[in-house]
Amino acid sequence: MHGTSLIELYVFVLAGFVGFQVITKVPALLHTPLMSATNAISAISLVGSLVAAGSDQNRVATWLGFVAVTAATINVVGGFLITDRMLKMFRPAGRTKVTKAGAP
Amino acid sequence: MTTAALFTQASYLAASVLFILGLRSLTKPDSARRGMQQAALGMLLAIVGTLTKHEIVDYRYIVAGLALGSAVGYPLGMFVPMTAMPQRIAISHMFGALAATLVGIAEFYTLGNGADVSHATMAALGFEVMFGALTITGSFMAFGKLQEFLPGVPVTYKGQNAVTALLFAATLGLFGWLVYQPFTPWAFYVMCGLGLVIGVSIVLPIGGADMPVVISLLNSYAGLASAATGFAIGNEVLIIAGALDGASGFILSMVMSKAMNRSFGNILFGAFGKPVEKTAKVAHGLAVKPISPEDAALQLSYARSVIVVPGYGMAVAQAQHAVRELADLIEKNGGEVKYAIHPVAGRMPGHMNVLLAEANIPYDKLKEMEEINGEFQQADVALVIGANDVVNPAARSDRSSPIYGMPILNVDQAKSIIVMKRSMNPGFAGIENELFYNDKTAMLFGDAKSSLEKLVSEVKQVAGA
Repeated sequence: MHGTSLIELYVFVLAGFVGFQVITKVPALLHTPLMSATNAISAISLVGSLVAAGSDQNRVATWLGFVAVTAATINVVGGFLITDRMLKMFRPAGRTKVTKAGAP
Repeated sequence: MTTAALFTQASYLAASVLFILGLRSLTKPDSARRGMQQAALGMLLAIVGTLTKHEIVDYRYIVAGLALGSAVGYPLGMFVPMTAMPQRIAISHMFGALAATLVGIAEFYTLGNGADVSHATMAALGFEVMFGALTITGSFMAFGKLQEFLPGVPVTYKGQNAVTALLFAATLGLFGWLVYQPFTPWAFYVMCGLGLVIGVSIVLPIGGADMPVVISLLNSYAGLASAATGFAIGNEVLIIAGALDGASGFILSMVMSKAMNRSFGNILFGAFGKPVEKTAKVAHGLAVKPISPEDAALQLSYARSVIVVPGYGMAVAQAQHAVRELADLIEKNGGEVKYAIHPVAGRMPGHMNVLLAEANIPYDKLKEMEEINGEFQQADVALVIGANDVVNPAARSDRSSPIYGMPILNVDQAKSIIVMKRSMNPGFAGIENELFYNDKTAMLFGDAKSSLEKLVSEVKQVAGA
């Protein structure tokens, strides 16, 4: 763990704690967007995939990295887009429809 | 630290902050959209920051992967209908876990197939591929069941729990051995394989009604796999994002399990989806009271207060727009319409809210269970659209019922009840629902969407007459 494992453990525990505090306050109304949002965010594993695909270490790592970059990018692009698409549908009473949301 | 490295680290820090702020914005529907756009900006920063890293020397595969991923991701983001959201989310957990697992395998392979892996790094890599692998197949199974190319009913066989437990034990054993002795390539790859088998094995016995829990749990696992990737390659932003995702999935699983009256331990160990014992009450000599669309429309036209209770049936029939049309008419006649949303209605957390929001129903009218349960007594009509188990009074009264103890919507307290249902087949859990035999209940049979459309035209006639 590159000699900093303890600090990384701190980061993990504290981030989990922050996540717990923040996410318990998300209303059930937005649980689906929450799930797609956290999914998009955790596609940050793309940064690991990029290094694997691009550091030219060996053929196996490059190819696995390539597939990983593809999979993670799908989640980054698709995840943020669909979260936005959902969130723009939620409107309070009285506000008229601005965009034609979710038309098939 | 070189300037480039400093830039990379700064981009990661900015991304972490923007991610947390983005999630915090989800606590209020009004701020949510902007917050998530900022989180997307954070993601972009982190990607740019990574691309400037000096380790990266060959951009060909990166560009190809980014292009291919965007080409697949764009339609998955823009064109998937809201009704298909549960399977859409399930498959995205698979992609996330796939990325994490492959990075883990690449790392292990690159480090001399374990020869240059420290014990601590091996622990992280082991977690990564173990959670990753089971999430890959588990999510794919969930996707298949929701997309209905795999049987949606629970698949069970004798000794299933023992087999799953054995698989777990073997995998954990290999994991332990690997941490002790990282240079054991066969153990590493067998562990990956077993992880894949476990994923299949734990989702096989899951039925549709339990899907919200499974999807939440897989969400959590995918997050943990990402966090473990961060530990393995020493990347803090991955640890933070993974921890956030893991926490979110964990919380949602707890919310769902509470809403189904299952203990969390019960869920963690994959004991859900247990076969339903058919001991529940069967209706003998009771008859349901069918109602024609005309009569139902009349009832709705004069109702002062209507509570709509949507369920998975509404999603299947894609009836959310018709619901909205009917509600508009009732409101035009001076009635009030609210929506009672059970936490596990549908196939994923928040499923009904998204569909009703899509139909342009203001979110103020979407009420959570605790909020609305006291209001059913005053409701003239409770209109149940394709919901079953979440309104079954057996959960309150019948100790032998498999859903006994599950909190339900108090639909039976409404002054009158109209249940829209395709047929008299029992709901997913295979349990008879006393609500349908209640004196106050009238059954409107047929596809939810076409029934609602009939109601709309009938209510219009009543209003016009």
